[in-house]
Amino acid sequence: MKLSFSIAKRFLTYSKGQTILIMLGIAIGISVQIFIGLLIQGLQDSLIQRTIGQSPHITIVSESKGASFQIEDALFTSLTKDDRLIHVGKTADGAVFALTANEDESALLRGFSDETATIYDLENSLLDGRMADTANEVILGKGLATNLNVDLNETITLQTILGDTVDVKVVGIFDLGVSAVNDSWIVSQSELTQELFNLGDAFTGIEMQVKDVFAADTIAASLEPSVDSDLKVVNWKAQNESLLSGLNGQSISTYMIQLFVLISVILGISSVLAITVLQKSRQIGILKAMGINDSQASLIFIFQGLILGILGGILGVGLGVGLLAMFTTFAKNPDGTALIPITYDATFIAFSGSVAVISALLASVIPARKSKKLSPIEVIRNG
Amino acid sequence: MANILELQHIDKIYGTSIKTHVLHDVNLSFEEGSFNSIIGQSGSGKSTLLNILGTLDKPTNGKVVLNGKDVSTLKSKELASLRNETIGFIFQFHYLLPEFTAIQNILLPNRIKNAKVSKETMDRALELIDFVGLSAVKDNPANKMSGGQQQRTAIARALINNPRIILADEPTGNLDSDTAEQIYKLMRDINKKYNTTFIIITHDQQIAQKTDRIVEIKDGKILLDLRK
Ligand SMILES: Nc1ncnc2c1ncn2[C@@H]1O[C@H](COP(=O)(O)OP(=O)(O)O)[C@@H](O)[C@H]1O
Ligand SMILES: [Mg+2]
Repeated sequence: MKLSFSIAKRFLTYSKGQTILIMLGIAIGISVQIFIGLLIQGLQDSLIQRTIGQSPHITIVSESKGASFQIEDALFTSLTKDDRLIHVGKTADGAVFALTANEDESALLRGFSDETATIYDLENSLLDGRMADTANEVILGKGLATNLNVDLNETITLQTILGDTVDVKVVGIFDLGVSAVNDSWIVSQSELTQELFNLGDAFTGIEMQVKDVFAADTIAASLEPSVDSDLKVVNWKAQNESLLSGLNGQSISTYMIQLFVLISVILGISSVLAITVLQKSRQIGILKAMGINDSQASLIFIFQGLILGILGGILGVGLGVGLLAMFTTFAKNPDGTALIPITYDATFIAFSGSVAVISALLASVIPARKSKKLSPIEVIRNG
Repeated sequence: MANILELQHIDKIYGTSIKTHVLHDVNLSFEEGSFNSIIGQSGSGKSTLLNILGTLDKPTNGKVVLNGKDVSTLKSKELASLRNETIGFIFQFHYLLPEFTAIQNILLPNRIKNAKVSKETMDRALELIDFVGLSAVKDNPANKMSGGQQQRTAIARALINNPRIILADEPTGNLDSDTAEQIYKLMRDINKKYNTTFIIITHDQQIAQKTDRIVEIKDGKILLDLRK
């Protein structure tokens, strides 16, 4: 075993140029695998973050659109205690007209709790002013504020379809990054909506975020039995099917690329190792004449594969991570943040590194078996 | 004296479709510590015979008895280790491993036998390298030595495990006559000093004359078996 290892090492150091070439081949393959894998992962993460990062992942609403319902304490407490969920907030919403002296716009009045505001990261989305602290203060989306031509601290009137009105003070203007929202949302405390629409202590929805965004559908399904039959549990995945199938297609094509890179790495290593058996057949024949046994002879090639795989893998991980670091340094948004934020997923990197080792090992099986068949007389007879 | 190596009714046929019958019912035995030569024309079957003696090749019919043991009963692993411990080979071409230095080549058979090279073995290797007159070049890569030096290294390598038999196939065929003479003297000295059995194939009549026994092969049969 030790002898086979030291012969393997010696064979590799003797033909340095060739060894470096195979190692580079493995390293480049693995670095491409890491680069593409993590880049696509980063791309998908940031796409998902942009799509659903600042919105609820699961909402519980009435089966009849916009209707209010009583939230049982037991249900709400169990939701807040569920450790798969992060923010759970009640909302009371209703359609209103927002009126000023000269303008009127239809709008959606959203009554939030503090937790709901956290889901939307509303406080950090404020362009101007502050959050609505009382039920007669509101904040407006920036589009709506422009359309109504109102400034901070001005008063606007909200009117329901039934004609009920209330005067509220604009204390802040926000930008949630989606123009449909910016153009129509008025956000306040839920008491304002409950008062205006005579809801009593009923709400129109419960919104929440989950820790593992891709588990939103299974979590939603598990919540279903504990809510009343006239309520429904909606999750983001059901509402974003086309995005998901796009991401899925992207993942599949990434796997294909990774698979082909892998195959070419294996083919490369095995063809070079197969040539080394030919190159070293003389040496193997001599060693066998001196009494090395078949398994020791095979081990020489297995060890060569292992050494090449480990060194190539380490080099490949270094190269791949280096490429990504370079990419994130140079590919930047105008504001200086990374164009595609990369997470250096240690499991994935370790997986790619072991792929190098395993494929080099697999590739060395053929030459190892070939060396078994080599007989010393062949070498001796042919000089 | 006891026979260390014995051939009983050996036939060797090469090929399956086109058959070449190379050895015909050869019976031959060698005593421990003897110094033998095998002569014969090119193509008469000398190398075939030696390779069968050395368990590198298998006879088509017949038995090879090494140290009282029928080698056909051994598994390939047992055979490899028996070869490693009891037989040293010296070929016409030196067959050193170019990846290793002279001293490392000499130690290889020992590293096949024991995972670790002991202090005693190291001393023995140095003694052998001194014996074959190569102390000055012991750390040279194998391919950075002259033909004679490489052959002498190969001899030292054949001796490192203190084998009871040395098989040599035209060991001096590639060397000038002075060097050839030295190599033979060296083998004779080893034979005397360690009581090692030698079986040497040679073309050189003069050298064959100096051995204890001359076996002449012709067309795969023993033509002459001359003991002194
Ligand atoms: N592998 C082989 N296949 C077929 N014929 C062989 C093979 N090896 C040797 N021979 C033949 O066997 C005969 C004896 O060869 P060899 O033992 O090398 O003779 P020598 O060493 O006396 O010159 C030769 O005729 C040679 O051509
Ligand atoms: Mg010959």
